[in-house]
Amino acid sequence: MQLLRKNMSKTVITLFMGALSIVFLVPLIWMISAAFKYEKDVMRFPIQWIPEKVNLAYNFKTVWMGKVPFYDFYFNSFKIAIITTLITLIISSMAAYSLTKIRFKGRNLVFMALLSFMIIPDQATLIPRFLLIRWFGLYNTHAAIIFMSMFSIYFTFLLRQFMIGISDEYLEAARIDGAGHLRTFASIMVPLCKPVLATVAIIKFIWTWNDYQNPLIFLLNKDLYTIPLGMTLFRDDYTNNYAIMMTAAVSAIIPLVIVFIVLQKQVINGIALGGVKG
Amino acid sequence: MEAVQRPAPESRRKFWTPKRKEALIGWLFLAPEIVGMLLLNVFALGFSLYLSLSNWDLLSGVKGIEFAGFDNYIKMFHDPTIIQAVKNNLIYMVLTVPIPIAIALVLSVLIHNSVFFKSYFKVAFFIPYISSIIAVAAVWSALFHPSLGPINQFLMDLGISNPPKWLVDPKTSLLAISIISSWAGLGYTIIIYMAGLTNISNEIYEAADIDGASAIKKFFAITVPMLRPTTFFLLITMLIGSFKVFDIIAFLTEGGPNNSSTVLVFRIYEEGFKYYNMGYASAISWLLFAIIGLITALTWKMRNEE
Repeated sequence: MQLLRKNMSKTVITLFMGALSIVFLVPLIWMISAAFKYEKDVMRFPIQWIPEKVNLAYNFKTVWMGKVPFYDFYFNSFKIAIITTLITLIISSMAAYSLTKIRFKGRNLVFMALLSFMIIPDQATLIPRFLLIRWFGLYNTHAAIIFMSMFSIYFTFLLRQFMIGISDEYLEAARIDGAGHLRTFASIMVPLCKPVLATVAIIKFIWTWNDYQNPLIFLLNKDLYTIPLGMTLFRDDYTNNYAIMMTAAVSAIIPLVIVFIVLQKQVINGIALGGVKG
Repeated sequence: MEAVQRPAPESRRKFWTPKRKEALIGWLFLAPEIVGMLLLNVFALGFSLYLSLSNWDLLSGVKGIEFAGFDNYIKMFHDPTIIQAVKNNLIYMVLTVPIPIAIALVLSVLIHNSVFFKSYFKVAFFIPYISSIIAVAAVWSALFHPSLGPINQFLMDLGISNPPKWLVDPKTSLLAISIISSWAGLGYTIIIYMAGLTNISNEIYEAADIDGASAIKKFFAITVPMLRPTTFFLLITMLIGSFKVFDIIAFLTEGGPNNSSTVLVFRIYEEGFKYYNMGYASAISWLLFAIIGLITALTWKMRNEE
């Protein structure tokens, strides 16, 4: 009887929360619906959630093959996000390995120094970063964005927490066989860290994909733009053409949402990890 | 290994002891991270301090850097747009930190204890957080359209004849931006709270059940106090985060209309990358850094006093 009552109240709350979650997602539902519509129907009120006349093909053609080179933005975003993610994985995991599995003087001092850098906001060092990039001759290149985002104390910290939990015994067997640190790291530590590396990779990929500030400051040529920066062209060239703008937004958001739904456990656990340790 | 096969000269053998070798390898593994951090944090912070005490327009080259003492700082404290930016940052902070934290706390408790399909809810509320804030801002700019947008059409339908003009009205631009940011960030807050909730043991709730405590009583007497470390973490991250807001403002309003939505980072961007006042932009950067440092210190103090 009590269980039944508990299930009853659980059902009611589930229904209430379900309705709330749909209201919460209305902006995105509206976006998808608008991408299907003719421009004159987008702002019609009451809203036609399921459009009578569908104009999806035209909208997509305008976004992907029109005057704004959206196709290039996609390629650029992919390229930058993948390269940045790979480099971050290497730099952060090697640093974390050194901080946990190689014994040397000054190790803890380095770790404390790195942690203290975490309070320096990127935005406070924007001007010198911009100057460094110009002096390196990287202004208006993708390398500038990759260089700006490939160092991550946050991920080094997450990986370090994970590696502390890996017993030294695993590594010592390899060391006795004569393997150096580089080989022990690559052939033993990396495979043991696969789950946490996957989490770091997916989160880093999402962050880099969505980054707006770095491309805005370091890129000049339109053909180098990433998707978020490319959205500014739709804002400027298709002002008041909301069907086109929403189709561009759908193109920017939906692929990542699908990746997220497939890999939701990794993403959510990875985000939560940072919070629990903090 | 090498030393056994081919004895090295006396001095070399002594220097590269196994301990030193180990240390060298340790530093080499750390080298990329350390070099990056020294360049992008230590050097950058020092150089921006130097620039903040100078006047420089970038175009005249490094030789054109002129020492200016505290001029930039003095100018900053008399600059109405900076005062406006700090004020806006504070308003934005009040709008985007406490309210979303309270909403997320309630929602995460409901999702944690009292629904079926828990993972659906986690995903649904988290989707805006992983979406590009720029694409999301584009969607909301259509929703907030002053005359044609669905939000105002809905409000007019309800009988409100003069609904706010949201992003294009100086009175509401910052509020509209805060609504968008809070909506996009809510999923993060919920996920962090849910991680905190799994750490509370069920036994405490069972004991309360035996005492006949109501759900609301349990929420305030057990859940809220037990989640205090999580709330503190969220508070400090979100307070700092609210001072870093930039993307959405740069994309939607460029600080306008009439500086009504300008914030410190946007002023840094304007001074540095539009007007090339590198010295002045650096001084504003240091103001931002000082404010964030102050907030961090105050929040820690608050926690330690509890």
